[in-house]
Amino acid sequence: MRESRFNGVLFLIGLLLVWELVAQAELINPLIVPPLSRILRIFAELFWSGHIPLQILASMKRALLGYFLAAAVFIPLGISMGLSQTVYRLFEVVVEMLRPVPPPVMIPVALLFFGLEDEMKIFVIFFSCAWPILLNALDGARNVDRVLLNTARTFGLPQRKIIWNVILPASSPQIMTGLKVSLPIMLILVVISEMVGSTDGIGYFILDSQRRFRIAQMYAGMFALAILGYTLNQVFSLLYKLVMPWHVALMRLRDGS
Amino acid sequence: MPILEVQNLSKTYRQMGGETTLAIGDISCKVEPGEFVSFVGPSGCGKTTLLMSIAGLIAPSTGKIIVHGKEVSGPPANLILVFQEFNKSLFAWRSVLGNVRFGLEARGNHSRESANKARSLIELVGLKGFENHYPWELSGGMQQRVAIARALAYEPELLLMDEPFGSLDALTRLELEDTLLKLWEELGTTILFITHDIEEAIYLSDRIWLLSRRPSQIVEELAIDFARPRDQITTRAEARFMGIRNRIYQRINSEGAP
Amino acid sequence: MNDSRSFNWQGWSVFGALLLLWECASRFNPDLQLYLPPVSQILGTLARLIVSGQIVTHLAITFTRFLEGYFLAAVIAVILGAVLGYFRFAHSLFETVIEFLRPMPSVAIIPVAVLLLGIGDSMIVAVTVYASLWPVLINTIDGVRHTERTLIDTGRTFGLSRRRLLWQVVLPAASPYIVTGLRVSLSIALILVTTGEMVAGSRGLGFFILDQERSMNSGNMYAGIILVAGLGYLLNRLFLLCEERAMKWRHGMIAREAV
Repeated sequence: MRESRFNGVLFLIGLLLVWELVAQAELINPLIVPPLSRILRIFAELFWSGHIPLQILASMKRALLGYFLAAAVFIPLGISMGLSQTVYRLFEVVVEMLRPVPPPVMIPVALLFFGLEDEMKIFVIFFSCAWPILLNALDGARNVDRVLLNTARTFGLPQRKIIWNVILPASSPQIMTGLKVSLPIMLILVVISEMVGSTDGIGYFILDSQRRFRIAQMYAGMFALAILGYTLNQVFSLLYKLVMPWHVALMRLRDGS
Repeated sequence: MPILEVQNLSKTYRQMGGETTLAIGDISCKVEPGEFVSFVGPSGCGKTTLLMSIAGLIAPSTGKIIVHGKEVSGPPANLILVFQEFNKSLFAWRSVLGNVRFGLEARGNHSRESANKARSLIELVGLKGFENHYPWELSGGMQQRVAIARALAYEPELLLMDEPFGSLDALTRLELEDTLLKLWEELGTTILFITHDIEEAIYLSDRIWLLSRRPSQIVEELAIDFARPRDQITTRAEARFMGIRNRIYQRINSEGAP
Repeated sequence: MNDSRSFNWQGWSVFGALLLLWECASRFNPDLQLYLPPVSQILGTLARLIVSGQIVTHLAITFTRFLEGYFLAAVIAVILGAVLGYFRFAHSLFETVIEFLRPMPSVAIIPVAVLLLGIGDSMIVAVTVYASLWPVLINTIDGVRHTERTLIDTGRTFGLSRRRLLWQVVLPAASPYIVTGLRVSLSIALILVTTGEMVAGSRGLGFFILDQERSMNSGNMYAGIILVAGLGYLLNRLFLLCEERAMKWRHGMIAREAV
């Protein structure tokens, strides 16, 4: 395991070196492929000057607002749809009609209503994170085992308490799956919506750099975005371990045996 | 006053396509406080349906169930059902202690003394030292011990058990039978037990009701008067034990052929 | 659950009521009409755009780009995934590279693609390939690595060559994983095609929808969205149909295990 890791890192460094050398030797148009060292230098400059962090902050504010709004609306809706056949049937058709809309085409609609404001991006992210969150919560609540529910009922728990103390924790792994799947979707959509209609944010920054032909700066922006994506993933995993240590341990046990 | 009274209970299921099946024919019986009573019947005879009806989890088609003088229309407050599927009935996100405390919390008891009470029950079922384990880290027998401790923490007057040892290996089963008897003798809880294991029923019970195949009915009632406390070796070695076993076996078989 | 196959009249009534609400709100409020024309009007616009052929060209372009990007990605990803899954050394080399590239949202590659390929079909297809590659690649690697050792050994005892082993044993065994990846990629490919068309395109439905918004033709914009949604829906249906055909053996197996 350790040795394969070593191979991989070595290979990656090798590739990056080749990039650097090819760019230094100007084998490919240096305007399109600048040397790695220059990209990193510019990244460092833009990072310490606070330019890139500001753009990321602007993006994250919109992204997380849309994301949490979607979670606040669609987790409860998904659970109610999973628990009640009536609620399920009421919303089924509307959901099935809206779900096949590729989220980016909602950007023009949002532009129409909100202009270039933050609300535009928040709405687009809200819309695109809705489906994975909703469908996972629905599935999770629907698949809570009958034996577990009946156990809670023989202890005389009222419906409200059963939802809080049994259904919610029992379906929490799947709810978390929905939230995890939505995370990269959130990031993609904030970047797209900033590329299509914005005056700041990391998506705007990358596209704008390209349009002004500041290519190294464009790559620096992409690098920042990759780090952001990686960090978000790590933060999510950390929160997961904090919120549901039991499930992490359970999964480890299953993988082991 | 009997703690449980079942009057002319029957249950019809509607299947897909509109056909109906009669799961329970016509059952009437009474359980007195402090008794240990078992239903024995072949698999698929509607035992679980019967128990679920008594627990108020499904509504009977006709007839009445009266627990402690009140007719059952939902899960009664003083009754707990322990399921066979311990791996599904325990809360995976709660520790052993948390699971047992659930029984107390359900009674509205969140105090520190409730933790002590839970601990003493865990000790009573022989799981001292495992308080902070998750149930799925334990063996099947230990998991069912947790489920029993959780049920008893609730201090039910009537404990229903649906083939609780059905998916355990033979040795673990004998151990748990003795644990259960010990707890029953100490706490005085009334127990209504379901099993398809004839010897288990004889070993545990004061009385046994034999159920027929579907639609199930009580075909015979037997009083079991072996001395208590019972012992896995000496009780089972008594000559009468085998006699009763054989009689029940023949009775079920003669009823059996549909 | 028992009547889930019957017609969901409650759901359709809610849907119908919402459309009616939309229709009335728009008809009686001229301010809103600019943003949200009545449904009836949008449907009329859609019909007109289809009959005149104006939108059909855009649809055809989007569809072609989608097909090219999606299938190219699928082929590349399955081959690459099979190699990386089968040969441990190759996997150890690329593992870190993949981990390094994957967290970056794929749309960020669009500006690079514009630089390298200019604005046009090849740029959009390239971006689509890049983005839809990942799910299939990761799943194929996973699937191949999870192939039962006994299955491979069985193939070996039958004297299969390495290549035939890959085609006749490993890939079929990994197919449930691959199909999962393909399903995820389906929607990703459509997202990337429309995004590419919006950010740097002059044709295609994505471009059309954004362009109509910019010229305040909201009716045309909504008509375009309905069409994209229809395309997405049909593609998904088609995929499920193919999956059912191709994976019949597996459905049978799962049904059996469930009993």
